[in-house]
Amino acid sequence: MNSNDTLIPLIGVVTDIRQDTPDVKTFRVVSTDGGKVFEHMPGQCAMLSIPGVGEAMFSITSSPTNTEYMEFSIKKCGCLTDWLHQMDVGQQITIRGPYGNAFPVETALKGKDLLFIAGGIGLAPLRSVINYVRDKRENYGSVQIVYGSRSKEDLVDYREIIDEWMTDDGISVNLTIDNPQDGWDGHVGFVPNYVTELNPDTNKTVLVCGPPVMIKFTLSALKELGFDETQVYTTMELRMKCGVGKCGRCNIGHKYVCKDGPVFRCDELGELPDEY
Amino acid sequence: MFKRISASRLGELFDRIASKQMLYIPADREDGAAEYRRYESGMSLSKALNTVRSAKDFFFPQTENLAEFRVEGKKIEVRDIREECEDFVIFGVRGCDVRSFSILDKVYLCEPVDSFYKNRRDHGTVVAMACTRPAETCFCTAFGIDPTMPGGDVTVFPDGEGYFFLANTEKGEAFISMIDDLLEDGDASALMEVQENTRRILKKLPFANLSTESFGGEKLNEYFNSDKWGELSESCIGCGTCTFVCPTCQCYDIRDFDTGNGIKRFRCWDSCMYSDFTKMAHGNPRLTQLERFRQRFMHKLVYFPANNNGEFGCVGCGRCLSKCPVSMNIVKVMKALEVK
Repeated sequence: MNSNDTLIPLIGVVTDIRQDTPDVKTFRVVSTDGGKVFEHMPGQCAMLSIPGVGEAMFSITSSPTNTEYMEFSIKKCGCLTDWLHQMDVGQQITIRGPYGNAFPVETALKGKDLLFIAGGIGLAPLRSVINYVRDKRENYGSVQIVYGSRSKEDLVDYREIIDEWMTDDGISVNLTIDNPQDGWDGHVGFVPNYVTELNPDTNKTVLVCGPPVMIKFTLSALKELGFDETQVYTTMELRMKCGVGKCGRCNIGHKYVCKDGPVFRCDELGELPDEY
Repeated sequence: MFKRISASRLGELFDRIASKQMLYIPADREDGAAEYRRYESGMSLSKALNTVRSAKDFFFPQTENLAEFRVEGKKIEVRDIREECEDFVIFGVRGCDVRSFSILDKVYLCEPVDSFYKNRRDHGTVVAMACTRPAETCFCTAFGIDPTMPGGDVTVFPDGEGYFFLANTEKGEAFISMIDDLLEDGDASALMEVQENTRRILKKLPFANLSTESFGGEKLNEYFNSDKWGELSESCIGCGTCTFVCPTCQCYDIRDFDTGNGIKRFRCWDSCMYSDFTKMAHGNPRLTQLERFRQRFMHKLVYFPANNNGEFGCVGCGRCLSKCPVSMNIVKVMKALEVK
């Protein structure tokens, strides 16, 4: 047996761990001889595992334009993620991928004014696109980022947002938190309502990711504002085991999120049964 | 010219095959039900129409070791434990199970190819057995299967007193060459009569007129949103028996087991009928048995055809009909849902 099998993972080494929020850490991963374990496109995912603990799918948070390493922003919310959160730099993990399609950064998104809308840990997959667009700035129009979370402390990648995104020309950032808080003089309120208040230009192409309920309300807010479903992309998350459309559990109708997604244009998603 | 062996010499033929390759035949268990067993000299072929469990186990076993890991401190070593499997023969596979292999192939041999499955598929020779006494639970003909011509690498046609052999593939030719000197030239005219008789039985079966016509990928949302699912799924206890006896159910789980001396990663059959099948940290898109029940039948009758040029994910073997503890099954679902 000399053929590769995607179910047999590679080894990655965790070289940096950043505490982003009380329950989100961002892990930097390289291969055992340094460099990236594999190449990917923004929106694609990877299966990470600690043998004996578990294996799960995570979106790749870093942009493919980063030539040195991959990053994963992971929220602590279960058996495997608890383990990942207590590990130290130097820990090896298993990694396989990349899986799924990507945001159409080289086709449909090219030359467009972009509106990114994220909630909580939902920024993770969009951060890959945002940094890709920042690194290939000449290929895209204006960039607006609307990002919200429960509190100021729960904003993932806050330092990068403040120090880099907000200082870039042609990028506007609108942050919001769910409830008023000491030391916060920015916007307060839920993301979908904030989007309505901001009343963005309907020529923009929109990329949305967040908790399912936030996605649903944001999509209806966009519709009310006059956006067409063909202008809006989102990325889905369902339970996965294989990553290649064979284990049979991440389907929405006849589409497998791991293989046909995770990125869907909203008109495509609208044709599928409401089971996600 | 068809080659034949008389029933009294079948043991001799099995001994010959088993001397060259691993041979599996349907044999009777102590309780009278049939299961595939590794052939040992003296074992006789079951007279049962079919095995309780399907033949998918040979290519997609209930559990299999995918990889092993050594964990030392922060270091992990991955061990690729795959080995080329030995050649083997599955004797007596019915037309329904033969078709199930082509359905599993569409899942496991499409890119990226599942090397574990392909390894077994490459080394297995399927010797199919034509049906002569189909049962009341059979409805393979609804899915375009002719159980009197079951295909496989070799087809075996029983004529009541013996068996005719016909090679259909290169593997089949190689199989025949193993046993060629045991076979005699036979007069196949008696076979025609056997086949005619079987076809007469097929026409009288309770589900002979079951129609698949209205199913397929076209009316996906119409079927998904049908108001029949509530009533249909009401009795389902979510035991998963239907998925385990089904020759086309191919969902799997991946689990690690710490042996105390390294970690083994296993692939195990899973069932969409189970409540934790789609459960995630943030919730579960299939919260009640209605959604799980709907998933199984939508997959066989609508989603699979939508992705595979109209081919259905059911072969009409009838195992779920005879094994469901609450007598709910795909035939009842098809009859209830059918849009005329």
